[in-house]
Amino acid sequence: MNRFEYVRPDTVAHAVKALADRDARALAGGTNLVDLMKYEVTRPSRVVDINHLPLRQIEPAPDGGLTIGALVTNSELAWDPRITKRYPLLASAILAGASPQLRNAATTGGNLLQRTRCYYFYDPSTACNKREPGSGCSAIGGVNRIHAILGASDGCIAVHPSDMCVALAALEAVVNVEGKDGKRSIPFSAFHRLPGSEPQHDNTMLQGELITSITLPASDFGSNHTYLKVRDRLSYAFALVSVAAALKLEGGEIRTARVALGGVAHKPWRDPDAEQALQGQPPAEAAFAQFADQILRQARGQGENDFKIELARRTMIRALRQAAAGTPQKQSDKFVL
Amino acid sequence: MKQSAVNGKVPISLVINKVRHELDVEPWVTLLDLVREQLQCTGTKKGCDQGQCGACTVLIDGQRINSCLVLAVTRDGAEITTIEGLADGADLHPLQTAFIEHDAFQCGYCTPGQICSAAGLLREGRAHTRAEIREYMSGNLCRCGAYTNIADAIEDVLRQRVSTKEAAE
Repeated sequence: MNRFEYVRPDTVAHAVKALADRDARALAGGTNLVDLMKYEVTRPSRVVDINHLPLRQIEPAPDGGLTIGALVTNSELAWDPRITKRYPLLASAILAGASPQLRNAATTGGNLLQRTRCYYFYDPSTACNKREPGSGCSAIGGVNRIHAILGASDGCIAVHPSDMCVALAALEAVVNVEGKDGKRSIPFSAFHRLPGSEPQHDNTMLQGELITSITLPASDFGSNHTYLKVRDRLSYAFALVSVAAALKLEGGEIRTARVALGGVAHKPWRDPDAEQALQGQPPAEAAFAQFADQILRQARGQGENDFKIELARRTMIRALRQAAAGTPQKQSDKFVL
Repeated sequence: MKQSAVNGKVPISLVINKVRHELDVEPWVTLLDLVREQLQCTGTKKGCDQGQCGACTVLIDGQRINSCLVLAVTRDGAEITTIEGLADGADLHPLQTAFIEHDAFQCGYCTPGQICSAAGLLREGRAHTRAEIREYMSGNLCRCGAYTNIADAIEDVLRQRVSTKEAAE
C-alpha cells in the first residue's frame, strides 16, 4: 500500500473540501478501497475518512419514501424493519451479497461506488482501460467467463459487481451527492454508466463529489417481487447473473413491471421498452419468455461467457415466475422454486 | 478535523480485549497488522489479506468484521475482541468448547476467525436453522473442509442457548 495523507473531517463541507484534490479518496467501510490499495490499483495521495460525518440515519423522505444516509451499513439497512417491511426486495438483494462480516463494514454509499471484480482490473501487470486508460483490454480475448453480455464496448467488458444496486435500479432510487458546487440528485438509471470509450468512469459523479444519501421512492410492490442470484457457489460469490423483479398485478394482468439484471453489464441493466411490453399481459410463461428474448436481442458473448445469455434468459423467466407467484427467493435456504 | 502528523502517525485509542491502548498508528496499518505485529495478539490470523477468507475476523463493538480491510485509524475509540478475549479467565467460551468437542477443525488456521464469526452470529440472533448457520458463516472459508463439524459445533451452542432461555422462561 502506498503512503498517503490521512484526514478525518467532521462535516460534509470539510469532507468535500478535502476531496477536491484529484488523487484524494473517501474511505468509509473500506471493504473495497482498502483491497484496491493493497493491490496498488488505487494509490490515493490523501485518504478522507468520512466515518465521522453525520450520514448514518434512515429517515422518512418528503414524498413518503425513505432517505438512507451514505454511511448506513449494508447490515443495518438489510435488517431495518422499515426496509424489510416496505422494501423487502432491497433487503433480499443486500443479503444475497458478500458475507455478514463484509456487510457489517460496507456502507450504502460505498456499495454504489465499488469497482468491478474483473481479474485484469485487479492485476496491474496487465492491460486494462479502466485502470489505465488507453492500455487496452485484456479480458477481450482473455479469460472472460464473468464478463458482460450487454452494453459492453471495444474498450471494456467489465461488469458492476453489486447486488444491492440491482434492487435499487428496479426500485428507481435517487442518489444524492454533494460537491464544491453544491448538492444534486441523480436518478439511479443515470448514476452508473456504460463503458463506451471512457471505462475509467464507473459513474456520472463529478470529481470531488461525495454521496450523502440515497432516496427510495414511496412505491410499493407488495409481495410480488424477488431477487434471484445465480453464482458459482451457494453463497459468498459474485453473481454470474442476478435478477431483481417487481410486479404490480391487477385483474390477472401485469400493470407495472420493473426488472433489473446484475452480473451482465457495466451497470444494473434495465430495458424500459421490454418492461412496457409486459403491461397488460397475463403474468405467465409466454410473456416472461418474450420479455427475456426482447432484452437479450442485443446480447453478445465473449467466448467463455456465452453461457450467460441462456442463463440470463432462464433466470429472468424464473424470477418473473417467483415475483408473479408472490414467492420471493429466500437467501438462506437456497432452494429455487 | 483529525489529520496525520508530519511523521505520518495518528494518535488513536482502542480497547482491545478489555485493555485500553493509546497508540500512534500510521494510517495505512490495518487493524489486523496492528493487533498481530504491534500488540502481539497473534491469535487473529492473516489468510488472504483481501477480505475473501474470514480468517482475520474480529469483533468490533460486538460486530464481526474482517480486520484485514479495516484501517486501524478509522476505528479510533472502538472496543475490539479477538480470539484471545473470548474466554472468561480459564473458562473457555462455549463456542471454543464446542469446537473442541465436535473436532471442528483440522489445521486450525481458520479457527480463530470461525469462532469470532460464530460469536458475532450468536449475538446477531438471526440464525435459527442449519441452513441459516451455513449461510451466515459463509464468510469464513476452511481449506481443510471441516464445515460439517463447524456447523455442528455452532448448532450445538445455539441449541444450548435456546434450551437455557426456555428453561429460564
